[in-house]
Parts: sequence; structure tokens; C-alpha cells
Amino acid sequence: MVADTPLKRFIADYVSSPLAVIAAIGMALVILAAAFAEFVAPQNPYDLMTVNILDGSLEPGETGFDGFYYWLGSDEQGRDMYSAMIYGLRISLVVSVIAVTSAVFIGLTMGMIAAWKGGWVESLIMRIVDIQLSFPALFVALLLLAILGKGIDKVIIALILIQWAYFARAVRGAALVEIRKDYVMAARCAALSPHRILFRHVMPNCLPPVIVIATVQIANAIAIEAALSFLGVGVPITEPSLGLLIANGFDYLLSGRYWISFYPGVALLITLVLINLVGDHLRDILNPRMNK
Amino acid sequence: MLAYLIRRFGQAILVMSVMATIVFFGLYMVGNPVDLLINPEDDLLAQEAAIRRLGLDKPVHIQFFHFLGGLVQGDLGTSFVHNTPALELILSRLPATLELAFLGVFFALVIGIPLGMYAGLYPKSPVSRTIMAGSVIGFSTPNFWQGLMLIMLFAVFWRILPAGGRGETVDVLGIPVSFLTWDGLSHLFLPALNVAIYKISLVIRLTRAGTAEIGLQDYVKYARARGLSEWRVINVHILKNILIPVVTVVGLELGNVIAFAVVTETVFAWPGIGKLLIDSIGLLDRPVVVAYLMLTVFMFVMINLVVDIIYSLLDPRIRVKRRA
Repeated sequence: MVADTPLKRFIADYVSSPLAVIAAIGMALVILAAAFAEFVAPQNPYDLMTVNILDGSLEPGETGFDGFYYWLGSDEQGRDMYSAMIYGLRISLVVSVIAVTSAVFIGLTMGMIAAWKGGWVESLIMRIVDIQLSFPALFVALLLLAILGKGIDKVIIALILIQWAYFARAVRGAALVEIRKDYVMAARCAALSPHRILFRHVMPNCLPPVIVIATVQIANAIAIEAALSFLGVGVPITEPSLGLLIANGFDYLLSGRYWISFYPGVALLITLVLINLVGDHLRDILNPRMNK
Repeated sequence: MLAYLIRRFGQAILVMSVMATIVFFGLYMVGNPVDLLINPEDDLLAQEAAIRRLGLDKPVHIQFFHFLGGLVQGDLGTSFVHNTPALELILSRLPATLELAFLGVFFALVIGIPLGMYAGLYPKSPVSRTIMAGSVIGFSTPNFWQGLMLIMLFAVFWRILPAGGRGETVDVLGIPVSFLTWDGLSHLFLPALNVAIYKISLVIRLTRAGTAEIGLQDYVKYARARGLSEWRVINVHILKNILIPVVTVVGLELGNVIAFAVVTETVFAWPGIGKLLIDSIGLLDRPVVVAYLMLTVFMFVMINLVVDIIYSLLDPRIRVKRRA
């Protein structure tokens, strides 16, 4: 096996599991579909010119008045469910990726500061992390949104505030180990600034656990956002994520129009399973204890 | 041990006060409950009287001092909407949530442990693979959508169970419970299953990992070598030892169940505290939200504490370490 650079070794390790490769490809397709929703979706569900209310509540596989084929049915307003799902997926993904990226940034900084400074700074940061993580994420998110109000930006803020703690805890653990290593001592002897040592020398070595947690947390963020939107404290009705699409279908479920909530849920489930499969495999190959 | 308990209590009270303060002022910033509560057709005099009755005419810091004053006397305020003490309101809804949570956890243990042990003992069998695949799906399925699908299958397509509500209740020691009547039980089953599915997956994973690990220990091999029946080896030597992590996690999960009951209760219109919280957030009913928060935080700290204590009772190694 050619294993000269860490990246090559990483790729070689990753492709060792066919299931994980399939999951990664699936994930890439999902991301592409969401990114290019305008081109992938057969209809723009939020363009009133293309949506016809006479085509409302069509069953999957029915054809509308203008010959448009609704293979996953349409909702009450005549929106093609398949198109609405792709657009909804985009909102779900954007919200969670922005939230997790910001949380990674804050968590990395806080975790490394805690490990580097020690003393009361470390105690304070880790105390906050411990206390926050002793509550379920959804509970914290609900209360944050109760005091922040509704809106996409508010959901993102709430997600960042509940997720940074996971990264801070993991980074502090990894950084504590790294700081005691010889290369950090060497860097200190070379009189490099703490800032440079932390961000150029220590941080890259703390990244593997962060990558694993970030993957899983993106799935969590999507699920939490969906639950919040379902509960009516998440994204506004004008920008429906997958969770809000499911919530909208709830009203029609009891009259047998199952497809309005069923298919967005399936899309949500598939997305979450794909991310979790990738995350599981990343954890296996990036876990230092499993390295041979 | 006493010092430890006192420190934990101190921490709990600190967290409760910080969170209550943030939520108190935060809800004040979001909006004025008066807009939702008073009748816009009333004349100004009546509107002002209503505002004064709710104590909302005073500046927010004065309102906060009133709240603190009430708190010291064990009064968490009166609901703006229901006009009953917030604590009383929450406590009247609590039995419904607890009933749901306990039944959910019961399902999780009764279904999860046997399946997990089977998967741990026979990891290669197709049945085990099916169990594990099922647990991955159970883990990933969003709770609320799962609830909708249960309603879709059992209430809409097959029409064998009701879609929501609590059904008939019987009073036991003055507390209404559903599980003693057929109608109540039929209303309870789907929400409890909805609460349970995630926990079942969790218990399966924990039990399988524990069983696989403990199955390799020397004392299990020795028990087999002594010629003990497989039944006894599994139920005494293995089960007892996997119960430790399972009890910890399920104990901790009880708090999670109560918090996530918000979702299940909304889906199934179950009249518990979670639904009360969502309704109160929507109506800016600040006393109820703050009271819910303080009760829940207190409950979480207590659950963590109790689990810690049970844990040390179940595993003598921890007690030894603490003494040392």
C-alpha cells in the first residue's frame, strides 16, 4: 500500500469499507442536489407562476392539468412534493452546516484556550461545558428559541450555542495530550508566540476528533432543526426546511393524505443515515486507539 | 459524601437561578404577552386594569424582584393565561408526562435488553444483523416523524388505535392515570412506543457491546467450564454485569425522555408538561415557562445525582476508588 502522506493513508483507509464509500457518494449527491436545487427540481415550488392550486393534494404518480407529472404527489397549494423536498433539503443543510462550522470554530478556540491556560480559565470554560452538556440539546434549543424568537438566524444561533460545547470538550482533551509532546516544547524553545504554537502546531493535531464529531453533529443539527421547526419555533413558513414540510403535512395526515409528510421524512431519514454511516466510519479510522 | 451532595446542590441552585434570570428577561424582550391576552375591543380602562392585574404595568426589574420575592416563599408566579399558580398548573400536567416516560423506558428495557443480548451472544447470525440494522434506523429516525408514521399506520390506515389525546383516566391516590383502563391504555400505547423506539435502539447497542465484552471475561469462561447451564451463565453472570452501563444510561435518559416528551406530546396531543411548555412559549406565558425551566433543571440535577449514587452502589470498584 502506498501510504506516504497522511491524506493518502486516510483515503486508503476510508475506501476499505464499501458501505462507507457508498454513503459518501450518496451524501455527495444529496449535497449537489441541494446546492443546485434550481436545476434539479422539476418545479420551483415557491414561484407562484409555476404552481397551480388546482393541482393541490394530488396523489403520488398523478398528472396535473398542464401535464406535469407529480411522482411524489403535491401538497394543498399544488406544490410538487419532490421539488419542495429538494428546496427544503437545501435549507436544512445550509442551517446545519453554518451552525456546525461556527460551533467548530468557537469550540476549537475555547478548547485550546482551556488546555493552554489551565487554572481558573480552564475551570470556568469546562464547568460551562459540563453544565450545558448535562441537559438534552433539544431542551436547551427550545429555551434559547423561546427567548430569541423565530427565524433562520435564531435557529442557527441556538444550534451554535448548543453545539460548541461538544467541540470544546473534545479539543481540550486532545490539546492537553498534544501540549505535553516534545514538538510543542521545541516550538516554545524557539520562542514562537503562543498564538502561533496553538494554531499552527497544536491545532492540526487536534483535528481528527473534531472532524468525527462535526460529521455527527451535522446530522444532529439537521434533526434538531427539523424538530424545532415541527414544534413551530424553528424556521419561518416562507423558508420551509424538511422539518417544516413534515409539520405542514401533519394536518392532512389524518385525512389519509400521507405523502405530504411521508416523503420529506424519508428524505430526512436517508440524509441522516448517510451522514451517520460516514461519521461512524470516520470515527473508526481516525480513532488513535484503533491505529495499528 | 455529604460535602459532595452539598456541592452538587449548590451548583444546581446556581444553574437554576442563572437560567431563570436569562429566561425571565429574554421572554420580556421577545414580546409583550399583553398583546395576546387582552381583548382589543375592551375600552382603555379595562385594558389597563387587566395589565395591572397581571403585574405587567411595572418596569421589568420590579417585576423580577416580585418574582424573586415570590420564589423565596415557594411561589413561582401565576400563569397569565390560565390564571392559576404556574407550579400547580405544571404539577397537574406532570403525571401524564411521567406515565408516558416510565412506560417508554419500560418498553426500552423489556424489548432492548433481550434483543441486545441476543445480538451480543450471536453476532454473526442474520437475526442479529437485522436487529442491529433496525437499531441504526431507530437511532436515525427523527422522533416526530416516527410519531406521525405511527399515527398514519395505526390510526389512519389500520384504524386500530386512537391518533391522539389521553382517553379515559382513573384516579389512583388522587392522580389520574391512563394505564388502568382499556381506553386509556390504547391512547397510551402509541405515544409510549414513540418515546421508546430511540431508547430501544440505544439499549440494544449498549447491551450488545456489554454482552460481547463480558462474554470474553475469564469468569464467564470459568462459569461455562464449571458446567453451569447456558441459561444461568447468561442471566446471572452476564446480565448482572451489563446492567451497570444500561442502568446509568437509561437513568440519564429518563431526563431526556421527559425533555423530548415535548415532541411526542405535540404529535399525539398528549396533555403533559411538554405540550404545556410549547403552548406557553407561543403565548409568552412567562411564569409557566420559567417555572417549567426551574423544575426541569432541578429534576435533571437530581437524576444525575441519583444515577451517580446508584452507580456506586452497583459497582463496588467506584466506592473503593472514592474512599482511597
